[in-house]
Amino acid sequence: MERVEATNIERWATLATATAVMAYGLSRRSATGVCLAAAATPLAYRGLVGEWPTIGTGRAGSVLDDTRTALSGRRGVRVRESMRLQRPVDEVYRFWRHLQNLPRFMTSLERVTDLGDGRSHWIAKGPADAKVEWDAAIINEVENKVIGWRSEPGSDIVTAGSVSFEPARGGLSTQVSVHLQYALAGHAAGWLTSFIDLQREQAVREDLRRLKQYLETGEIARATADNA
Amino acid sequence: MKAVRYYGKEDVRVETIDDPKILNPRDAIVKVSATAICGSDLHIYGGYIPTMEKGDVLGHEFMGEVVEVGSANRRLKVGDRVVVPFTIACGACYFCKEQLWSLCDNSNPNARLAEKLYGFSGSGLFGYSHMYGGYPGGQAEFVRVPFADVGPLRVPSNLSDDQVLFLSDIFPTGYMAAENCDIDPGDTIAVWGCGPVGQFAIQSAFLLGADRVIAIDRIPERLALAAAKSNAEVLNYEEDDILETLRDMTGGEGPDACIDAVGLESHGTTLDAWYDRAKTSMFLATDRPHALRQAIDACRKGGVVSIPGVYGGWLDKFPLGAAFAKGLTLKMGQTHVHKYMPELLERIERGDIDPSFIITHHVTLDDAPEMYKTFREKQDDCIKVVMRP
Repeated sequence: MERVEATNIERWATLATATAVMAYGLSRRSATGVCLAAAATPLAYRGLVGEWPTIGTGRAGSVLDDTRTALSGRRGVRVRESMRLQRPVDEVYRFWRHLQNLPRFMTSLERVTDLGDGRSHWIAKGPADAKVEWDAAIINEVENKVIGWRSEPGSDIVTAGSVSFEPARGGLSTQVSVHLQYALAGHAAGWLTSFIDLQREQAVREDLRRLKQYLETGEIARATADNA
Repeated sequence: MKAVRYYGKEDVRVETIDDPKILNPRDAIVKVSATAICGSDLHIYGGYIPTMEKGDVLGHEFMGEVVEVGSANRRLKVGDRVVVPFTIACGACYFCKEQLWSLCDNSNPNARLAEKLYGFSGSGLFGYSHMYGGYPGGQAEFVRVPFADVGPLRVPSNLSDDQVLFLSDIFPTGYMAAENCDIDPGDTIAVWGCGPVGQFAIQSAFLLGADRVIAIDRIPERLALAAAKSNAEVLNYEEDDILETLRDMTGGEGPDACIDAVGLESHGTTLDAWYDRAKTSMFLATDRPHALRQAIDACRKGGVVSIPGVYGGWLDKFPLGAAFAKGLTLKMGQTHVHKYMPELLERIERGDIDPSFIITHHVTLDDAPEMYKTFREKQDDCIKVVMRP
């Protein structure tokens, strides 16, 4: 069966429509109203998660822990962002490959621990102070070119991604391109996380901007003490 | 410390706030000895600049003494007397390396806001809205200066504050406007607006070899200053038909280059100027580009229109057809202050120019609210206000 994933714009529109219908339904304070609101929930689900809910297979469970299944075809949330840095490729690659460095510019990460053999443990700040943790394994690595990874079974989220490093401007600059895919393991926080994921693209862009600032200038720009 | 803060359209107040602190290793803290109100501050005062917030500290032309330096700042030391460029630039990104300092990639922590409006972000600026970084400005007793190991210029003690303060913005801005004109010996340059930037553009055009400079304004004392101190031939647009007069003065050719030192709040007496006024007053348009239209219409074939005046939005009735038909070059943008400061300091030291000629008012920081009004209304022959904390 072909799955059709919604675009971001479509998802926001879908979510807005669903919210309006649910609000209207509930405001009627009648059985018909409640039915109307209930009828809008699949629409809201599509708005949040990007696909129609499926009956039976569910999103929880071991099958979807596998990145190949959970992120196959057009499933999951996808983010692509790239940015040029005025530093040579080997320097940028080395900084990124030292995974403990990532929380320096990725504000949603609390800590990354290198477990050796290409395996690592990630702790991210989830909604409402909850921590989201997962183990990841590097599945593709070409020095000074690309690092690819995926989460391992049993994680809070299912994620796979890659970052590539290409020389630009005659080797003076590096073009860093990030591809990320996410799906949610089946627990309650998942819905909320997926809602936040709609803003992932901007967040990844801000992460890359901080990486650029840090590697180019040695510090991250802030206007006041309140700036992160 | 005392600071001049924005509270809304035509509402600035002097208040006591916390002293700034070093936040990053390359920072410095400067104790302000002199700070000025810039014509572009009046765009904020008039409510034209988006993303200003209540309580923002204003001001981007300032100088003073270094009182603290960050751990990674190996260029400045406590006690240095410096002028600070109004554009904040890292010195390391592609744009800084290309001398395009006001387009620095790394100094605007709110780059996403500028990207929403313009698709890209320029450098951070002191005291000039959150879209440009949200940095507290220089109309205060102390200022935190980021990337202080590339920006601030040390100035010799034999030059007074009044002589070097304008290296922070308006002198380089006028100079870049003239440099953008690609002046050849013998050229005639027309300058719209005889405010401080216009005055520096006139003098810079002469420094760069122009034969004649024709200055256009309506304020008698500004025209008088342009004639007396800057050696310009002057036209009052309330009395003269500008396009016709410029044609006559240049044998029908038009000026070789035109400088719009007016920007988005242009006044005028022609139909298009009233059209702009009506539309902006009903919030149907963002800018009033009357001077720019006239500069494009006046410029000779193949000439340059140089735009140091600030624009913020989407322009109406922009005569791009005339610009195209005449093969004009348009150059514009925030000033790459860092690029020009050292050579302009040399010019001041050599006596080529004494920038203090434009100052009409010396006041204290406490007078800021009154002086914003005086400057905006061009009362009391006000051309340039310098404040001492």
